[in-house]
Amino acid sequence: MTTIDQTTSRPTQAVIRGVALALIGVAVCVAPLYLDTFWLRTGLTVASAAVGAIGLTILVGTTGQLSFAHPFLMAGAAVTYVTLADNPVNTAHLGLGLPPAAAAVLAIFAAGALGLAASPLASRLSGIYLGIATLSLVFIGQHILENWTAASGGFFGRPVPPMSLFGLSLADSPTPPVLLGVPLQREELLWYLSAAVIVVAWIAGRNVVHSRVGRSLAAVRDSEVLAATNGVNVRSAKRGAYIASSMFAGAAGVLFALTTGSVAPETFNLGLAISFLAMVVVGGLGSVAGACMGAAFIAGLPLLLQEFSDQLPLIVQTGEAGGMQASTATSYLAGALIVLCMLFEPRGLVGLATRGRSLATRALRRTRILTSRATHN
Amino acid sequence: MSHLTSLLLNGLSTGAVYALIALGLVLIYKCSQVVSFTHGTLVLLGAYLVGTMDDASGFIVALLIAVPVAAGFAGSINLTLLSRRAGAPPVSLAILTIGIDLVVLSVLTQQLGSNVLNISHPWGETRWDLGVASMSANRGIALLMVAAVAVSLYLIFTRSPWGLAMRAVSEDTEAAALMGLSRTTITTLSWATAGALACIAGMFMAGPPTPGVTTTVAVVALRAFPALIIGGLDSLRGAIVGGLLIGVAESLAAGYQHELQFMGSGFAEIVPFLLMLGVLVARPSGLFGSREMTRV
Repeated sequence: MTTIDQTTSRPTQAVIRGVALALIGVAVCVAPLYLDTFWLRTGLTVASAAVGAIGLTILVGTTGQLSFAHPFLMAGAAVTYVTLADNPVNTAHLGLGLPPAAAAVLAIFAAGALGLAASPLASRLSGIYLGIATLSLVFIGQHILENWTAASGGFFGRPVPPMSLFGLSLADSPTPPVLLGVPLQREELLWYLSAAVIVVAWIAGRNVVHSRVGRSLAAVRDSEVLAATNGVNVRSAKRGAYIASSMFAGAAGVLFALTTGSVAPETFNLGLAISFLAMVVVGGLGSVAGACMGAAFIAGLPLLLQEFSDQLPLIVQTGEAGGMQASTATSYLAGALIVLCMLFEPRGLVGLATRGRSLATRALRRTRILTSRATHN
Repeated sequence: MSHLTSLLLNGLSTGAVYALIALGLVLIYKCSQVVSFTHGTLVLLGAYLVGTMDDASGFIVALLIAVPVAAGFAGSINLTLLSRRAGAPPVSLAILTIGIDLVVLSVLTQQLGSNVLNISHPWGETRWDLGVASMSANRGIALLMVAAVAVSLYLIFTRSPWGLAMRAVSEDTEAAALMGLSRTTITTLSWATAGALACIAGMFMAGPPTPGVTTTVAVVALRAFPALIIGGLDSLRGAIVGGLLIGVAESLAAGYQHELQFMGSGFAEIVPFLLMLGVLVARPSGLFGSREMTRV
C-alpha cells in the first residue's frame, strides 16, 4: 500500500535531513579529539570496508552480478600503491618513489584496469557462471602475491609508506599538527582522510545508483533481454559496473593498506570476499547507505568482540580454550543474518529502517488525528 | 614414462572425488537452479561425521549412519530454507547458500579446532600395484565408486519414476506442477542425494594420501567448482569429465613442478582455477552445458 505522507511535509523533511547531516558531520570531525586509538582504528577499518562495500553493492545489488573478486582487486590496488610510493633507496622491495597521493590515485586506476582486464569474462558470461569464475581470481591473485615477493613482500608482507597530502605526512611525528589542543597523530589524520574518502565514495555511489546509468544497470539485473530491447548495451553496462566497482575496491584497498600499515597476501582471501558479500546483503542489496551500515556491522563487530571479550559471555581471546573466538562468533552472526535477510527482509538493515520509519509516521498520524478529534469535540 | 602414467592415474583418482562432489552440485542445479556454495562444507560435514563415529562403532557402521544423516541434513536445508524462496533469482539463492555455509562451517570449525580427526578406512594405507604404476587403494576405490555412481544415476534418470519426475521438473517446473509433481519433494530428494554424495566424497578425501579430517577439506572441496563449470552447470556427464580433468591437471602440475618452477611454488593448487578461466573464455557454458539461447 502506498500512501502519500502528509504529516511531515517536504520542507520539514529537508530541514530534518540537513540538521542530521550537519550533526553527523560535526560528530565525525570532533570524534578523533576524544576517542582513543582502539575506537579510531575500528573506525578506520569500517571506513575502508564501507568504501569497498559501496562498490560491491553496485555490482551485486544494482547490476545483479555475483562477484568474489573484491579481495583480488583490493590486493592489486594495495600492492600497486606500496610499490609506487615506496622509496627505492630505503626498501628491500620494488619501489618507484612517487608522491604517495599520486601513487594512491594510480592504484585506484590500476584496480579499475584489473576490472577492465577481467571484463571480457564479465561480458561473455552470464549469471551464476560469472560469479563462480570470479572465485578463481581470489586464488590466482593470492598465488601471484605469494610468489611475486619483490612487489608484495611475500608471506610476511611489506610495510606501507604513509600517505602524504599537501606536504603533511599522515604518520606519527614528534611535531604533530595540533587541533584544539589535541596533537593529531597517524590515526587521527587517517580518520579525516577516511571520512573524506567515504563522502566522495558515498556521493559517487549514489550518483551511479540513482541515475540513468543505475537504472540501466538495474534493467540488466532484472532481465538482460528486456534491457537490450530497451536500448541498453548489456555488455558495456556490465563492463562499466565491473570497472566502477573495481575502482571502489581499489580505494578500499589503499585505505586498508594505510590503516593496517602492512600488506600481506594472506589477508586478501576468500573469507574477505564472503565478508564483503555479507556486508552488502545485511545492509540491503543495492543501497549505498545499507552498504555502509553492513560494513560497520560486519567489519566492526569482530574488533569490538575481541576488545571486550573478557566482559562478554562465550567469547574468548585468540588462542584460549573453552569459548568462541571473536572471528568465529562474527561468522556465525554474519551467516545467520544473511539467511534471515534473504528469507525475510531482502532489503536488509535499510529495509528494517524503512519499516520502522513508516510504523513511526503511522503512529504519529494516528495520535494527531486523535488529538485533533479531541480538540474539535 | 611410468612417472607420467602414475601421475595420470593419481590425477584420475583425485579427480574422481571432485567428480562426486560436482555430480551433487549438478543434481541440485538441474532441479532447483541453485548453485550451492554450502557444498564444500557438506563434504567436510560428511568426513567429520564418519570420523567422529568410527572410533566407537567401526568404519562400516559409521558410514552407514553418516551417509543418511548427511543426506537428511542437506535435504532439510532445502526443505526449511531454500524451497521457501523457490523461483528467486539464482544470485539471491546462491547468496543464501553462502549464509548457510558460514553458519555450518563455523559450527564445524568450532568442533574441530586445529585437530586432525582420523578415519580408519578398512583399506588403510594399502597401495594397489598396477604394474606400470601404483595408486593408493583409497583413491582407487573412489574411482570405482564414481563409475558405480555414474551408472546408477544414469539408470535412475532414464528408468526410474523419480528420474523422470526430476527431468520433468528441471525441464519445466510449472508444467510439472500441473502434472502433479511437487517441486519441493523433487528438489529435496536431489539435495539429499547430493548430500550423500558429498559425504562419500568427504570420506575419500580425508583418507590416504592426504591426512585426516581438517577444516582444509572444505577448502579443497571448493575445487569441485572448476570441475562443475568446466563440465557445464547442468550436465552430469560434464561433472564427471570436469572432475577427472581437474584432477589430472592438478596432478600433472604437481608432478612436473620442477619444470613449472617459473610459475611459482604451489602452482598446482591454482591450476583448476586457471583451467576454468581458460575453458570459460572459449566456451561460456562449459564443455557440455546447455547454451542459453536468447535472440534480441
